[in-house]
Amino acid sequence: MKSTGLHVGEIKPGVAKKDPILIADHVRRQFGGLVAVDVEHVEIPRNAITALIGPNGAGKTTFFNLLTGFDQPNEGKWSFNGKSLANVSAYRVARRGLIRTFQLTKALGLLTVMDNMKLGSTEQLGEKLSASLFPLIWKKKEKEIEEKALEILQRFKLDTKKDDFAASLSGGQRKLLEMARALMTDPELVMLDEPMAGVNPALTESLLEHILGLKAQGMTVLFVEHDMHMVRHIADWVIVMAEGKVVAEGAPDEVMKNPAVIDAYLGSHQDIDLGTVTGRITLPKISKEK
Amino acid sequence: MDILGIFLSSASFILAPTTIAYALATLGLALHFGYGGLLNMGMAGFMALGAYGYAIGILTFGLPWYLAAFVGIIASIVFALILGIPTLRLRGDYLAIVTIAAAEIVRLMLLSSAFGTVTGSADGLSGFNGPGGTVTNPTVGAGGFNESNPIPEGVYGFPPFLDDQRTWYLRIVGIIILALAIFVVWRLVNSPWGRVVKGIREDEDAVRSLGKNVFAYKLQVLIIGGVLGALGGLMLAFSTNVNSSVYVTSLTFFLWTALLLGGAATVFGPLAGSIIFWVLQAFLGLLFPALASVGLMPFTTIQAAQIKFIIVGFALVLLVVFRPQGLYGNKKELTFVK
Repeated sequence: MKSTGLHVGEIKPGVAKKDPILIADHVRRQFGGLVAVDVEHVEIPRNAITALIGPNGAGKTTFFNLLTGFDQPNEGKWSFNGKSLANVSAYRVARRGLIRTFQLTKALGLLTVMDNMKLGSTEQLGEKLSASLFPLIWKKKEKEIEEKALEILQRFKLDTKKDDFAASLSGGQRKLLEMARALMTDPELVMLDEPMAGVNPALTESLLEHILGLKAQGMTVLFVEHDMHMVRHIADWVIVMAEGKVVAEGAPDEVMKNPAVIDAYLGSHQDIDLGTVTGRITLPKISKEK
Repeated sequence: MDILGIFLSSASFILAPTTIAYALATLGLALHFGYGGLLNMGMAGFMALGAYGYAIGILTFGLPWYLAAFVGIIASIVFALILGIPTLRLRGDYLAIVTIAAAEIVRLMLLSSAFGTVTGSADGLSGFNGPGGTVTNPTVGAGGFNESNPIPEGVYGFPPFLDDQRTWYLRIVGIIILALAIFVVWRLVNSPWGRVVKGIREDEDAVRSLGKNVFAYKLQVLIIGGVLGALGGLMLAFSTNVNSSVYVTSLTFFLWTALLLGGAATVFGPLAGSIIFWVLQAFLGLLFPALASVGLMPFTTIQAAQIKFIIVGFALVLLVVFRPQGLYGNKKELTFVK
């Protein structure tokens, strides 16, 4: 079920949301002379799926890094659940319930799939040096964590691989594992950086189901993606970035008709087969070309 | 040529204090590198601080041996903090550069005549294990490690472990320390704490994104491994005089050799690696000169003694190429090359 009516007032870049979970103001990041991110104002609606799209080099991943504390902006403020995240280190951001995944998947190769999952848990006291020497303190919790991990792994169809090294998984399975691991932290906001890149169509479909499932469980999802079919299919809201700025916002169908978005990102031939555009193959029926 | 004698002297290294000292320091390296992914190229510095801290604690501050041992351990913790706080936020290679330089700074400071009254400069320190009074500082009482020996005077055991009460005492103290250290490291790396540490070895950003304070974990690993290095230094100081010429960079590389021999990400590998390293060193070091002296090798006996290093180096190359996981390591772990 798509969420609608997320915004307040007229739709324009930086429009206010009814119930924002994340608000960013004047966030600016410069690399030498290059302004990678310069976001005036943006709000992410709670318990909805928001897609962040834009051409390569638009600053989407940099914006992700800034929001999650993996990079510090030159100026600006941003808050999560009303609390400022400025100068909060990455691990503290994660503890507050804002979890991210990476564009280049970061499965912990020489740990088993199960250990990868257990690492996601935030409740294990045995991770403290002083407690780790006394198994009595953490053995029971470890069992609970293992059960929870198994349950999530089953959902992602990785339970048969639980004792294998993560390095033995395929690229797509690693994406699944990374997402499953992120869920172990019980996040409020999940930020996925290109979750579908390099994943085959069948797996994409199940990943889509998982993302929709997150929303059903009450989480908020923000994801970067280039696959427009997917964006149209699952996103409740779309934010378009170009050259570091937010250039458009809105419901997926509306945004994709926006001429600025078509010019900057989608291209005017988005619904036509690539072969027809380049002239290399002629398809028998061309319905949309006029 | 006394073949039996060569075998017996080589075998005595299985339980020698030096071997135990190497095993302790190598265990520290295993925690640093094998589990935590920290490239510490300055383990000799940690060992030097352990040994000198102990010796100076006795000779300069007049502490009994067990308190002086803590001086050595605390010195290594301070050293780890000084090294770690600025460098652990940077990429791993920087730690390697900083540790190798820092270990040299420690050694040169111990060698420098500027602190000669405390460190003994090029002569090193001696007499701290025995009863009161030393050559350099006759007024101070020594730490009394030797006097704490409960074993009555005499020669015990059987060849190759036919030794006097002092060597046996050293051996027993060393084995107790080593057993405790191996247990603690085994417990640590097989706990949730160890899981986080291994995760950091694989990808620290991923672990950070899961809400773990990566910096604090790395600092803990550096300190614990450093203390193990200091215990290795202590073991050397229990058995003999301390001298800065022992704690050179090649000592660090010998430790790395032992580590790779046994297996980097293992708990028992460092012990196995140290034993093999020392037994082999001793065996080749005795065998080649013996062969040369009976005319079976075209070298002088002095030249022949040095050939062992060529053989050890060559063996290390073969080992890294054909069995990179070491003796104890899990082959599967290295099937996936990053």
